[in-house]
Parts: sequence; C-alpha cells; structure tokens
Amino acid sequence: MINKSSRLNSKIFEKDIEMVANRQGYGEGLVAAGEKDEKVVVLSADLKESTRSILFEERFPERYIEVGVAEQALATLAAGMANYGKIPFISSYAAFSPGRNWEQIRTTIALNDVPVKIAGAHAGLTVGPDGATHQMLEDISIMRAMPNMIVVNPCDCLEAKKATMEAAKNGKPTYLRFAREKTPVFTSDDTPFKIGRVETFWESKDPQVAIIACGPLVYEALLAAKELEKKGIESLVINCHTIKPLDEQAIIRAAKTTGAVVTVEENQITGGLGGAVAEVLAKNFPTPMEFIGMPDSFGESGAPDELLEKYKMKSKDIIEAVKRVLGRKSS
Amino acid sequence: MTIEELEKKANEIRKDIIKMLLAAGSGHSAGPLGMADVFTALYFEILNIDPKKPDWPERDRLILSSGHIAPVLYATMAHRGFFPISKLKTLRKLGSGLQGHPERTKLIGIETTSGPLGSGLAQAAGYAYAARMDGARFRVFCLTSDAEHQEGNHWEAVAFAGKYNLSNLTCIVDRNNIQISGHTEDIMPLEPLEDKYKAFNWHVIGIDGHNMEEIIDAVNQARAVYEKPTVIIAHTIPGKGVDFMEYDFKWHGAVPGAADIPGEPPKAEQAKIALAQLRTLGGKIKSEHE
Repeated sequence: MINKSSRLNSKIFEKDIEMVANRQGYGEGLVAAGEKDEKVVVLSADLKESTRSILFEERFPERYIEVGVAEQALATLAAGMANYGKIPFISSYAAFSPGRNWEQIRTTIALNDVPVKIAGAHAGLTVGPDGATHQMLEDISIMRAMPNMIVVNPCDCLEAKKATMEAAKNGKPTYLRFAREKTPVFTSDDTPFKIGRVETFWESKDPQVAIIACGPLVYEALLAAKELEKKGIESLVINCHTIKPLDEQAIIRAAKTTGAVVTVEENQITGGLGGAVAEVLAKNFPTPMEFIGMPDSFGESGAPDELLEKYKMKSKDIIEAVKRVLGRKSS
Repeated sequence: MTIEELEKKANEIRKDIIKMLLAAGSGHSAGPLGMADVFTALYFEILNIDPKKPDWPERDRLILSSGHIAPVLYATMAHRGFFPISKLKTLRKLGSGLQGHPERTKLIGIETTSGPLGSGLAQAAGYAYAARMDGARFRVFCLTSDAEHQEGNHWEAVAFAGKYNLSNLTCIVDRNNIQISGHTEDIMPLEPLEDKYKAFNWHVIGIDGHNMEEIIDAVNQARAVYEKPTVIIAHTIPGKGVDFMEYDFKWHGAVPGAADIPGEPPKAEQAKIALAQLRTLGGKIKSEHE
C-alpha cells in the first residue's frame, strides 16, 4: 500500500490526475532558486522554451544568458561563471548536454569542481517522434561514471522543482534529468525530498520484492505494485531519484527485507540505475535482480506510449519482471 | 622591472623549464620555452596579482587554455613567489601539486583546470561575463595555443565574446606555427587568423611574442579598447632559446634527456646544451655561469 509518510497526491490512481511534464518543474524551480539566491544564472543553447528556462528569463532577464546552439560553449562558459562565483544552470536536451559536451563537463566542471548544474531535458524514450537521435538513453550511465558528479532524475514536476531548488544550494556539479512528455503529478508539495536519500512510496507488510525506480517510470512501478497486490504479491516501490550518490544503505536494507529486486529506468540497462544497484548488492548482499530499461539498443520514432510498450517499460512489463525475479529467488 | 630585467627573468624561467622537464622525463618543451617571455611579462609586469593573497577577489585572472605548456606557468609562478622554486622538480610526480596538466584544486594560484584543447577561452569568457554582471574591475586573460583554434569549442567562445562585447577579456594566442605532428598550416590551416577574429567583432593586435615592450604595449592597448574583446596574436618561436629545438615540431611533445631523436644531440647532451645556450641569453649575457 502507499506509504502514508510519503504524502503522495491523494488522486494518485484516479483517471483525472493532473499531467505536467517534469521539465516544467525545472523552470519553476529555477525561478524559485533565483529568488532565493541572486548568484543563480541560467544559460540556454537556443532551447529556452522547451527546457522551460524561459520562465527564469521572464523573471530575471539580466541573469539569463543565450549562448546559441553551442553545447560545448554552454558547459565551458558556465564553468567559468561558476569558477567566478555564480551558480549556473545550463539548459539543453540531454542528447546534446551532456551528450555532446561530456568531455567539457568532465574537465572544466567535474574535475575543476565548480558548481555548474547541467539540466538535460527531453531525456529518455518518451521524446517519441523525434526518434533515436534525440532519445538520450545513455546519460545516466555516462554521468554516473564521472567523479564529483551528482545525478538526479526526478519522478514528476513537483519533485523536479524541489530537485532544482536543492541543486542550487548544494555547491556541487549536478546533473538533473528531465523528460519531454506530460506525466502524472503523483507526489505533493509535502512529499519528502532530499538529494541522496530514497523515498519508499509503496510499502506492504511483508514485501517479497523491491521495485527500485527513477524518473516518471516510478509511476509505472506504483501501478505495477497495485496490480501485484491484487495478485497477492507484496512489494516495495522505492523512488531512487538520486542515482549518484546512491542511497546504498536503503538499497541493501530493501534487498535484505525482500530478497529480490527489480530496477526500472528510461535509460540503457548498461551502467544506469540498474547497474548502480547491482554494484552495491553484488558487493554487500547478492540478490536476484531483473532490469527494466533499454536493452543495449537505440530507440526509434513513435508515440511515447507506443515506445514504452515496445521496449517493455510499462507496468505490465514490471509485473512480468517481478514474476521472473520471484521465480529465481532461493527459498 | 626594466625590460632587461624582464628578459633576464624570462631566461631564468627557461632554464628552470629545461631542468623541470629533464627531471620529469616527459611533457612538452617547445611551447613552454616559446611562451616564457609572455608569461614573464604577464606575471612580473602586467597582471594585478599578489602571490601572498592568491584568492584576492580583485586579482586579474589568467586562464591557461593550452594546459600542456604548464611548465612555463609553474616556473613563472614559482619565480613570482606563489611557491618555492624547489617545488618545480616535482613536476608530474606522484603527490605533486604540479600535475602534468594544471588543476585548480591541486595548486593554489591556478585559476582553472585545463589540458583538453579548445575549452579555455569559453571559460575565460564566462568568467569575464559573470564579473561584468557584478561590475568587477579586474581583467580576464586567456592564453591559447594556435593549434587549438582547430577546436570548435574555441570558436563558439570567440562568437560569444564578440556578441557580448567582452572588453574585460584579452586572449593571447601563442602563434608558434607548430603542433604535435607538424606545422599548423599543413595539419589544418588557421590563416587568415587576424581576419577571422575581426569578423567575430574582436580587436586584433599582432606582436613579436619575444619582445617585452611589444607584449606590454599590446596589453595596455587592449585595456583601452572598451567596446569589444581583444586578441593579441603573439608570434613566437617554438623552443625559443635552444637552437636545436627552435622551429622544430619534434620538440612539441618531447623533453630533453628522454630519448635520442634523429638529427638532434644525443639524449645525454640535450639538457646540457640547452642550459649552456640559455645561460648566455642569445649572446647578451657574457659572464654568467651556473
């Protein structure tokens, strides 16, 4: 059942639940962070509208900097600004930033240890019709591999706003991952959020499996948990919005409690959230696992939902993965 | 300092570069030797800095983009008093602040981390833009190699600085015409470099990068330009001061004493000959001995 202390939206499983893209939360978070701290500046590579950086530009035009379609400069200009003392957020699509400018981020932001916030919008399969070129599915993996980098993939618009505001204060290089599509707003203003700490959204009395998810697919995981409950399978759903630093203790605890883990992400299975969880468990508490995510493949054009169906990232696929992992559990 | 004192200081720095590289056993020789005059002029005459207060907020900022010429940066900083000259021999050694390429978090006084080419000017431009937002008075200098003008990231920054009229930014190009595998105009031509910068709304000055007066005058001229950024294209001789290294791209990524190179002095003699030549400062100093 839903963990009451997570204070999720009471309409969570209703048909008319509000749908908002989590990138909107980024835009709102930028404005809120900008109000709190005048050191916050926002740079955009010709994508202010779709990254929602436009909200910041409207409120603080003097602190908004347009750099043109130049993602390498986007990262390196921001590195210089952060080195001086600003708190720059850089906005583009994840395929280009951190996709194209990964080395610049590595050298001038992460190794340099300056607090630039990289916002990768339109990440994941659900960019849809734009096709494989724009469906960034490797960003969690490449950013997680980078020392000094914090990696956060918020589950909805409200969490995106909280993550943006917290990133403005953390003093560290930080990657924030957002999606294009409207997705259910299933948390609330009161849902706890702290970078680096998981939240258990679904907690049954005697859970047999832990579903560890990030991004908007956390909602699919909750839908799966609800269906599984009807079938008599009790579970945990853990919102693991921070892929790095991973909340290792909570993940080990969940594995010990359940003895089976399914990870869910809109990223390559290779090196993503699933990889991160597997690394921790292999060392501390080897546990049977199943992985929902992109199976070493590029995407293609299609409607977002069609793509999630085709690449098996829907709640029914999570249910199947749960059944598989339960079958592998040693009794 | 007088011009002559600056020239002597640059020569001291060149000698230390040879000694550092000999001790390190790897690194780059031609670029550091070629830029010793520019670095000396900057650190001893031009930059508003205080080695005792490396974090002083009003200091001028020097962003080294071509991180592979770090030995000249380190040697100049040591001579200027940022750290003891004795530390220079730790270049590229385990635990040293003098990393093979400069790292901001490893050595006090380093303004940014660099090495991968083409990313310095953008950092300097971002720095200058942010400083101007706050009305800061200091100037931002960026030192780039010529070959890193083959990088797209660099031109993105040239466009940005031109668009936003960053007059508090000065870029100094080490135009030595060589890169690791040949001459720039053979590998990928850069000319007409001055025209390219002009087309991007930059003020352009070309100088002899070994003439102290020209270096200092050019920077003063850049200070006076208030409506656009300035680029100083410093024509330098790679390997300057050591005859067998001068103009020779083989010494871009090689160091004295590490290997026998066809057509060059034997490795055991390379550093000795280089230091002997540098002692006389191209014949200007007759009586100095080590």
